[in-house]
Amino acid sequence: MSAALRLERVAIHFGGVLAVNDVSLEISTGEFVGLIGPNGAGKTTIVRIVAGMLRPDRGRVFLGEDDVTDLPTQKRVRLGLALTHQIVRPFREMTALDNVVLAAGYKNTSSPFQALSSVKRRAETERAVEILARVGLAGAERKLAGALPLGQLKRLEVARALALDPKIILLDEPLAGLNHAEASKQIDAILKVHASGVTIALVEHNLEEVLRVCRRLIVLNNGAIIADGPPAGVMADPAVGEAYVGAGSDRHAAP
Amino acid sequence: MSAYEVSVASVIGINVILAISLNLISGFCGQISLGHGAFFGAGAYAAALVMTKVGNAPLAVAAAVAAASLLGTVVGFASLRVRSDFLAVTTIGVNFLFIGFVRKQAWLGGEMGISAIPPSGLGALGNLGLILICACATVAFSVYVNQSWMGFAFRAVGEDETAARTLGIDPGAYKLAAFAIGTALAGLAGAFYTFFTQFITPDAFDFIFSVMLLAMVVIGGVGSTFGVLTAAIVLTLLPEAIRFVNDYRLLVFGGLMILMIRFAPGGLAGLARAALLRARPR
Repeated sequence: MSAALRLERVAIHFGGVLAVNDVSLEISTGEFVGLIGPNGAGKTTIVRIVAGMLRPDRGRVFLGEDDVTDLPTQKRVRLGLALTHQIVRPFREMTALDNVVLAAGYKNTSSPFQALSSVKRRAETERAVEILARVGLAGAERKLAGALPLGQLKRLEVARALALDPKIILLDEPLAGLNHAEASKQIDAILKVHASGVTIALVEHNLEEVLRVCRRLIVLNNGAIIADGPPAGVMADPAVGEAYVGAGSDRHAAP
Repeated sequence: MSAYEVSVASVIGINVILAISLNLISGFCGQISLGHGAFFGAGAYAAALVMTKVGNAPLAVAAAVAAASLLGTVVGFASLRVRSDFLAVTTIGVNFLFIGFVRKQAWLGGEMGISAIPPSGLGALGNLGLILICACATVAFSVYVNQSWMGFAFRAVGEDETAARTLGIDPGAYKLAAFAIGTALAGLAGAFYTFFTQFITPDAFDFIFSVMLLAMVVIGGVGSTFGVLTAAIVLTLLPEAIRFVNDYRLLVFGGLMILMIRFAPGGLAGLARAALLRARPR
């Protein structure tokens, strides 16, 4: 399997703190990988580096064969990366449908000139309606995104990501803030996306759900990878238990 | 038509082009510009120079559009570097810089401006016809842009640049496009103003005029082509019709703008939409 996403010895520091220290990882096409770790482990920093919102001090980022380390977010998106934000960022003054139509029409917005010469949006609209239904938002098309509850906005983010025909979707805490029922709907939507052949990297706090759906877990602690493998093996790793319970604690994670 | 009517109609046409083009930048794309008068002025001065030196009207129009759009693109680059509220301040600065520069330039006539500009050759009525055709074309273009994917992307960039990036949209490219197109149209209006008055002074393009243009956009309804069109016509006629408004122009426009922002942020367009919704049988 070819690599959908590859980090090569990536490092970044904020002030005196080494937030990500020499991280290399590879996610193959078709995988469903969970990226977990305690608060401050460096998960969100890695997401931001992959998304192109932060530039690493050292190391390279590859999407497929392309070195994207020096590319801005929008160019990475056009190379097949889609991402959802931890804190939802819908266009609140547009309808839910328009949010997805805009993503589905990414070919029309590649440049202002291209955009000025394109008017038709019927095909994109049909596609957006279909995608909204797929993530369980049928019926919400005409509502302003700003009026939707958080559970639906989280799914709207997934719908927008999906509309970009991505090769890989980076989901940054897609379950955060959701109740149990909403989280399970969201996971169903994500599993359907994966089943359609899209590679998924899931950054999540909710361990229960991550263990249920991911076939491979990468565990971060203090900016470095401490475990990588199938969920059962990773969770049995004493280093992982220690990271979650906390270094210097008297308690032990596993007997 | 009397000479007076021709002149009022010409000013309306010019103001419509200016307000609609500012709405493209500030309404559609969300980049607040308080210096639209500077681009209008750059166009007017470029046209005046070509008319006095060469006397070719089409060339004067081309020079006006090019000069304004060039200045606009430079300011557009500033919009890539600063946050929206600072951009508003930056554009005020551009307007003052423009006036300050022109006032000190002997080749631009300094304080006295440029007078005795040769006529365009179309006559007052011909000028008016040209102005009105271009004003209509500007309105049509604005409606088209709003319905195209460019308008769609403008709305996204205006609302949330980070979210726009995650949909593959380059906010910088769209902001530059908005400035380039909007200021090119302001330059066109500048050329028509030069044809119309045949005499220009720096004061006609000052910050106060820019604020009046923004007032037309806000009162009409930010982002609404027809709201802004209506406001541009009404606010140009009002001082002609009512003496009080003419004497206290700034007070009236400023007051209207504050009232609109406070009570009807959607402007005239928002009020009309609300009235339509109420009138519709349920």
